[in-house]
Amino acid sequence: MPTAFGLDGAETCVRMISPDGRFEPNAAAEEFLPYLDRLSEADHRRFYRDMVVVRKFDNEAANLQRQGQLALWVPSHGQEAAQVGSAYATRPQDHVFPSYREHVVGMIRGLDVVDVLRMLRGVTLGGWVPEEHGNFHLYTLVLASQTLHSTGYAMGMQLDGSTATGNPETDQAVITYYGDGASSQGDANEALVFAASYQTPQVFFLQNNHWAISVPVSRQSRTPLYLRAGGFGMPGTQIDGNDVLASFAVTAKSMDDARAGRGPSLIEALTYRVGAHTTADDPTKYRDPEELAYWVARDPITRFRSYLQGRGIEQEFLTAVDEEAADFAADARKRALEITGPDRSVIFDNVYAEPHPLVAEQKAWLERYEASFDEGTN
Amino acid sequence: MNAATDTSVDSASLPMTKALNAGLRRAMLDDPKVLLMGEDIGPLGGVFRVTEGLIAEFGEKRVLDTPLAESGIIGTAIGLALRGFRPVCEIQFDGFVFPGFDQITSQLARMRNRHEGGVTMPVVIRIPYGGHIGSIEHHQESPEAYFAHTPGLRVVSPSNPHDAYWMMQEAIASDDPVIFFEPKSRYWPKGEVRFGESGTPLHASRVVRAGADVTVVGHGAMVSVLLQAADLAAGEGIGLEVIDLRSISPIDYGPILNSVQKTGRLIVAQEAPGFVSVGSEIAATVAERAFYTLEAPVLRVSGFDTPFPPAAVETHFLPSPDRVLEAVDRVLAY
Repeated sequence: MPTAFGLDGAETCVRMISPDGRFEPNAAAEEFLPYLDRLSEADHRRFYRDMVVVRKFDNEAANLQRQGQLALWVPSHGQEAAQVGSAYATRPQDHVFPSYREHVVGMIRGLDVVDVLRMLRGVTLGGWVPEEHGNFHLYTLVLASQTLHSTGYAMGMQLDGSTATGNPETDQAVITYYGDGASSQGDANEALVFAASYQTPQVFFLQNNHWAISVPVSRQSRTPLYLRAGGFGMPGTQIDGNDVLASFAVTAKSMDDARAGRGPSLIEALTYRVGAHTTADDPTKYRDPEELAYWVARDPITRFRSYLQGRGIEQEFLTAVDEEAADFAADARKRALEITGPDRSVIFDNVYAEPHPLVAEQKAWLERYEASFDEGTN
Repeated sequence: MNAATDTSVDSASLPMTKALNAGLRRAMLDDPKVLLMGEDIGPLGGVFRVTEGLIAEFGEKRVLDTPLAESGIIGTAIGLALRGFRPVCEIQFDGFVFPGFDQITSQLARMRNRHEGGVTMPVVIRIPYGGHIGSIEHHQESPEAYFAHTPGLRVVSPSNPHDAYWMMQEAIASDDPVIFFEPKSRYWPKGEVRFGESGTPLHASRVVRAGADVTVVGHGAMVSVLLQAADLAAGEGIGLEVIDLRSISPIDYGPILNSVQKTGRLIVAQEAPGFVSVGSEIAATVAERAFYTLEAPVLRVSGFDTPFPPAAVETHFLPSPDRVLEAVDRVLAY
């Protein structure tokens, strides 16, 4: 039975940076090494900065929930490398379909993370316009529903001729985020069927964080999840999801293949949900502390910091990033508290695109009803 | 392969299957973003042949024979709509829509709302529905109330070939998702399709036979049952005013309330089980809006609150002209 221990060290699992931060690509990493040539020193710094900033933001958002300022928070603590590496492998013309934990992916695509907080503060069911925020689509709360939307979207790219033209600067592809729990949903499997059938330009990025609320991945699957890809007729690759370089390089190759018309693929990123599923949950009730310790020792930020230090990064940069992260989180907190509720008209306004007599009638009735109280107090 | 129906003539006598086919074809000619998706809709032309000939004319980038997965069809249609396409999905039979129910109710119906108006969802889901065809389980059902109950969806059902031709084009042109219920038992009888005129608005109900004594309302295949009942009633000197609902969500109450002003009596007929049904909704609304004009309680004539039975006894389950007349006798007794 797969366990949450040690699989990230398997020879078949692409790893470039060892858990203690040394650059030691394993055999599985070899074919992906050329993709690291795309990264400049500034990119390395950017990876580190984004991981640190989102961790700090994440902690602040959890605090906001504890203080009653958010209905819920969905932590990404521990999954930063998987998300940052894969997000930087996308191009501006690509489309990103997240699940609901990919806060830093949104940031990298140009989303203001306070927009995520708007949804969790209960003032909107969505929060942003995807086309105006790096084609980062809305969070989808029913598990795996977005896998089908993303596959349909990728089919549309094929049908309107926006992919596989041979121009990597304009050819488009889709990256779809989901998790080990969602992999059991019918929709996730139907999405793989449709993607393989139509050979969509698409990468399924499966973050195996080992826990679906309280249920371990061993309950979801008796086989490593990346091996399922072969059964659907597409390549699957397992990566050490706490290695930001592995995440970047493997996703870069897969997205290149997708844009070039070589079809869909699946990446399973082995990572760990260090925090709770959401702030509504208590992982100490179901998780082994030794397992947590194993994964904390493989922390993606600590690992990448050691790697950068091995390359001679100056301490001033690391300190500046910590300060920037603290400022970022404080600013997000301040602006989160300034979020105000919407007008009650949002109940009715966008249910239909075209006039609908019942909804119009009820909107008018509510206005009259509410106004009747105003009259009473005057 | 049959040749495409000539829609340049003023009118033609066609079965509903061919009228729908002509409506789909017209919409595809008018808008290159219109796509068809579904199981067996390509070379076979669908199990009811509604899409016959369209893959030959428009190619497999416009007519997508899909894998056999309803949630997959609806879910990918949502993605295609986000991309700017106007997908028309065929569900093979009424009872097979439920694997796609979550994508329809939790996703398709709410996408525009969740995006705060930033997207439109011009997706049509065609569902052949209803009994009278002597088929097996899951092939004779009337699930329209589930969809009418879901905010964000529009739900319609034509009763005749002319409406089928026009309503299909109007549904495809709608920027909202439309669940399009096609009454299977009315697929084959021919009727005049008037290509030269424009259609009635998609969500308008319509008086199809005038009468002074009792208003009877129904949709889809039930309209022909109500017309048969009206013929029989006329023989006894009773005038039934028959209203074709056409749209189940929203419901156009104007013609119904006008008629009830005149008759004071209302019967709502439907194949679906009556509990929490379209008929229940109409009965409640008419009671709210026309209480003082009613001379009798609004009655429902419905399928029973049971699963659709084995076909051998379906005639006992489905509302017949005689069952409608039994209700007519009851409302006239007040």
